[in-house]
Amino acid sequence: MDLKGEAGNFTATVLKRPRYIDEDKCTACGTCTMYCPKPVVDWYNERLEVTRAPHIDYAQAIPSSYYIDARECLRINHETCNLCAQTCTAGAIDFSQQPKTLELSVGGVVLTPGFGRVDDEVLERFGYGRFPDVVTSLEFERLTCAAGPTEGHIVRPSDETTPKKIAFLQCVGSRDETCGNGFCSSVCCMYAIKEASVAKEHEPDLDISLFFMDIRTMGKGFDAFRQEATKKYGLNIIRARVPKVEEVDGKLALTYVEEDGTSKSDLFDMVVLSVGLTAPEDAQVISERTGIELNKYAFCKTTPGAPLATSVPGIYVAGAFQGPKDIPESVTQASGVAAHISELLKEVRGERAVTVTYPDEDRALCEEEPRIGVFVCHCGVNIAGVVDVKAVRDYAGNLPGVVLYEDTLYSCSQDALKHIAERIKENRLNRVVIAACSPRTHEPLFQETLRSIGLNPALIEMANIRDQCAWVHAQEPEAATEKAKDLVRMAVAKARLLEPLEQPTVDVTPSALVLGGGAAGMAAALSIAEQGYKAVLVEKTKELGGNLRRVTWTVDGEDAKKVLDDLIDRVKKHPDIEIMLGTEVKNVSGYIGNFTTTVERGGNTELINHGIIVVATGGREHRPKGFLYGESDRVLTQLELEERLKRGTSFLRNATRVSMIQCVGSRGNDLNHCSRICCTQAVKNALKLKEKRPELDIYILFRDMRTYGLYEDLYREARTKGIKFIRFDKDSYPQVVKKGRGIAVKVFDKIIGSEIEIPSSYVILSTGIAPGDNEALSQILKAPLTKDGFFLEAHAKLRPVEVAVDGVYLCGLAHGPKGLEDSIAQAQAAAAKACIPLSKGKVAVAPIVSHVDQKKCIGCGICASLCPFNAIEIVKVDKKRKAQTITASCKGCGICASHCPTLAISMGGFTDDAIFAQIHAFGEGIEKEA
Amino acid sequence: MKNSTKQGAVMVLGGGIAGVQAALDLAGLGYYVYLVEKKASIGGVMAQLDKTFPTNDCAI
Repeated sequence: MDLKGEAGNFTATVLKRPRYIDEDKCTACGTCTMYCPKPVVDWYNERLEVTRAPHIDYAQAIPSSYYIDARECLRINHETCNLCAQTCTAGAIDFSQQPKTLELSVGGVVLTPGFGRVDDEVLERFGYGRFPDVVTSLEFERLTCAAGPTEGHIVRPSDETTPKKIAFLQCVGSRDETCGNGFCSSVCCMYAIKEASVAKEHEPDLDISLFFMDIRTMGKGFDAFRQEATKKYGLNIIRARVPKVEEVDGKLALTYVEEDGTSKSDLFDMVVLSVGLTAPEDAQVISERTGIELNKYAFCKTTPGAPLATSVPGIYVAGAFQGPKDIPESVTQASGVAAHISELLKEVRGERAVTVTYPDEDRALCEEEPRIGVFVCHCGVNIAGVVDVKAVRDYAGNLPGVVLYEDTLYSCSQDALKHIAERIKENRLNRVVIAACSPRTHEPLFQETLRSIGLNPALIEMANIRDQCAWVHAQEPEAATEKAKDLVRMAVAKARLLEPLEQPTVDVTPSALVLGGGAAGMAAALSIAEQGYKAVLVEKTKELGGNLRRVTWTVDGEDAKKVLDDLIDRVKKHPDIEIMLGTEVKNVSGYIGNFTTTVERGGNTELINHGIIVVATGGREHRPKGFLYGESDRVLTQLELEERLKRGTSFLRNATRVSMIQCVGSRGNDLNHCSRICCTQAVKNALKLKEKRPELDIYILFRDMRTYGLYEDLYREARTKGIKFIRFDKDSYPQVVKKGRGIAVKVFDKIIGSEIEIPSSYVILSTGIAPGDNEALSQILKAPLTKDGFFLEAHAKLRPVEVAVDGVYLCGLAHGPKGLEDSIAQAQAAAAKACIPLSKGKVAVAPIVSHVDQKKCIGCGICASLCPFNAIEIVKVDKKRKAQTITASCKGCGICASHCPTLAISMGGFTDDAIFAQIHAFGEGIEKEA
Repeated sequence: MKNSTKQGAVMVLGGGIAGVQAALDLAGLGYYVYLVEKKASIGGVMAQLDKTFPTNDCAI
């Protein structure tokens, strides 16, 4: 692979290796794997299983076709065999395929190569390879998976028995300079707790111990889940680093030193190594071929102010290659790079895009008498292994309105879809029933097939005979077959009454409203404007900058003011950004594409029309009670310390010792959550103090040092520079007391086993991040908050910067505590998501929406009050109150229809008539049996 | 506006969760995307996970 050119116009050369199986012909039936004589290590299952040279990594893999492992295939390497080609009924095996070199003309490049594996050599120190029952966390993941090699049974690899006692060892290949990985991998604490919880779900009697140095569950909501899981599953949390694993009497022996200095040892049946993330194996190659710079651990080098930009313009990075991180952060960064590219290539947006066009709908055909086709799917052996598919097919043939009935091996395979489309056309079908799997996953695929031949996609009905028959009644094939017939009869009854649904679109006002003028809000507004759309930036206070105004240094020690000034300068100069200071939001009406917001500035009310909203209203430094805060001028918060240091060091003139206390407020005192950044901030500030006054004695009192990711380097630097760390528990918080004319900190020292007193010139409190005044805005937007008072995202992993209300996006401290780097990446992600509807110019409205029959409506307003999406308004029609659906906001949940006292509301695709017909059809079967 | 020197397409190198998400958003923003992956299927390590923290939702 090679990359030439510059930002906006690169030429990438890539090598496309052959799969030796034609993707268009393969039906994923699995016959090739069955006949292949060559066993191959199954990498997808972490070497715990064997597969064959032709295989698919897992059932849901995309592309959903098999491929041949070219390194292992007998035909490719030895010109023998050819069994797969002879047995493939689809004729998909093609050994004539050759590697192809492709030249791609691209404007930008996104690097998302993920992370690499920790060397086996490191794992061997913990007995991996020597003792079969020492497994990696990813191997354990496969063991707990129902689709894995043991079908979810947790067994010891040595003898396939269920273990009784399992130990998880954290920080294997992380926080360990001896293997070159000085960083924290940021995800292992979470996945270990998850794996332990899942294991307990499978085997409730398991005894599980987890060995941590620090428990770093610093993500949004993670601490609460950790607490719950630890309690619910009775997990033993041990604070120790286990140096090695030995074998004693056929068991695995761990010897470790507890916090009070006592040495202990214990025997386990199985040991799980919580293996860290490293830079991807080909990081150096990527660096050489693209010219990007790497950091000392071979992750991609970036800065806190521009976390997604590599050192080469036009090349951006997201995910674990930018530094170890979890799924939500990777997803956020990925959206963020999309914003960067969209800024870079705004002039050529849409030029290379491919638009799918559909033939016009055949409305006349829809209005004819129902001509129903029923397709019953085998799903390989998934359905046909239990249900008598052919019997169900023939049964369907006798149902009223059915003119075509067939069975298909895999209805969802490309060739089957083509076949279904042809049969629909040949038989002029105007309603289709697919008896197969779940409409949740597969209905869009079949709807697409209908659209491609000019049929309205609403004219399809699915019967889920896989989940609801074959799977749940696997032991009763006859009853499962009868139930499948019931479901098909009901689906056909409903299909007869299906009506085409409109696919409306609404126009989008091409501008954004960004709420909050801190770092996140400014970054979001800038990106939206740079992508070519207008942005109105509304800030409650009289100046831009938010909390960043009070930060003196970024975590890499750079001047935070530079980042701030640069953002403010660019926002102020940008012609497409209108800044409104001292302005508050009073009301928001409308829906995605067409919002109208009422704001108040200096006593005057103004209206703003815009297409989308970005919520970046920030958070605030928590003000604690106690700890002599506010009573002694020697007790400061971390931000107050930074502000003092910004002005000079004269306040430290006679200082000899500074003590910092972590989790003041956070993690279960005033605030329930972990504030994520305070550990790193404390270490950063302690190092700054040491830099300015090397003779200062500095203590940091903590519960868990959560210097995740590359920030671990700062923690190590602090220790080598003589900063002392003392751990305390939640039930023995340090106290700040007056001591003569000065102050002191009292804390229980676990190593000495008694309380010690640390006279201190200053005590610095890490007070954490509290949510802003989100309540009122939450009500205005109908955007829910978390228990902790931050805005709730639509999906923690897959939609981390969107809220449940369409057209409203989220970033910065309004979402949850985070540092500058994460806030900026999130702001860019929100800007990318926001610009999708802005750039399309219109949004499609889901066809399944409610419809109010205003003749029947009595204007009671029950529907409007119950709608969770603000999608029903009460209007005046001929001076009478009538409900009306705002189709663009409607999610089709049906709450309104089910509560309407006069049955005036019907749901597209689920009319009362159709549902009653379905229920009656079920009853007909019962009557016959009786 | 036609701009002859810029290309309206993007290469995304790596088809794990980050690459897939970037590709989806870029396509949504009006760019043609080449999603380049070494392995035979996309999904990366996330596809190997059983469940995800903290909700224990199925990873696939």
